[in-house]
Amino acid sequence: MNKKEDVVLVRVEFLGPIQKDALELEIVNLNELAAILQKDEEVKEWLDNCAVAVNDNLVTSLECELKNGDKISLLPPVCGG
Amino acid sequence: MLSLYDGSLDVPGILKEWYEAELTSNYGAYIPFVGTVRSEDGIDGLSFDIYEPILKSWFDNWQDKAKQKGAVIKMAHSRGDVMLHESSYIAAVFSPKRRVALEFIDEFVEDFKASAPIWKYDLKNGQRVYAKDRSTAIKGSGILGAK
Repeated sequence: MNKKEDVVLVRVEFLGPIQKDALELEIVNLNELAAILQKDEEVKEWLDNCAVAVNDNLVTSLECELKNGDKISLLPPVCGG
Repeated sequence: MLSLYDGSLDVPGILKEWYEAELTSNYGAYIPFVGTVRSEDGIDGLSFDIYEPILKSWFDNWQDKAKQKGAVIKMAHSRGDVMLHESSYIAAVFSPKRRVALEFIDEFVEDFKASAPIWKYDLKNGQRVYAKDRSTAIKGSGILGAK
């Protein structure tokens, strides 16, 4: 039986033009997130061009362990100015 | 100094504010860049979304680099709609001598275009359309894509 403190619940936010509400997911690393989002019809077209931030720090590898309460953001291509 | 505004920027006001703020700081050069919305492809204007936490850390990193050269960077950007011939972006560098500021404004604005978490939309025929073709994937993008 899972104890409550074992649950890793993270929030995934889709920024800018990605029209999707935030998700709450029980995952422990970004490989799991990749597998879930690659099956998501609304999001999968964005994945090849999206940057990923964990708790507002950009990450460049899927080798990233997640902790309960982490915030993951997907950032599609940018154009300021 | 990073300032975000709803709607278009008051360009003369902001340039004056920055000028006056550094008037006695002993900088020999003040080099601003002002980005203005041009009429092209039938647009009525542009619109912007900003993700502030990462914009702020990106800007702070640049400010640290400027400080090491004795310079200071200031930036203002719009959120939401900015119509034709209005301005959405101002960046400026103050430095003791001109060369540092000239080089910094070039590097800073180029990296801003490639890295700052801001999304641009064309306002056209009452629609807000993501400017996908003019946008750049942030360095390191694509890790979640299928291998």
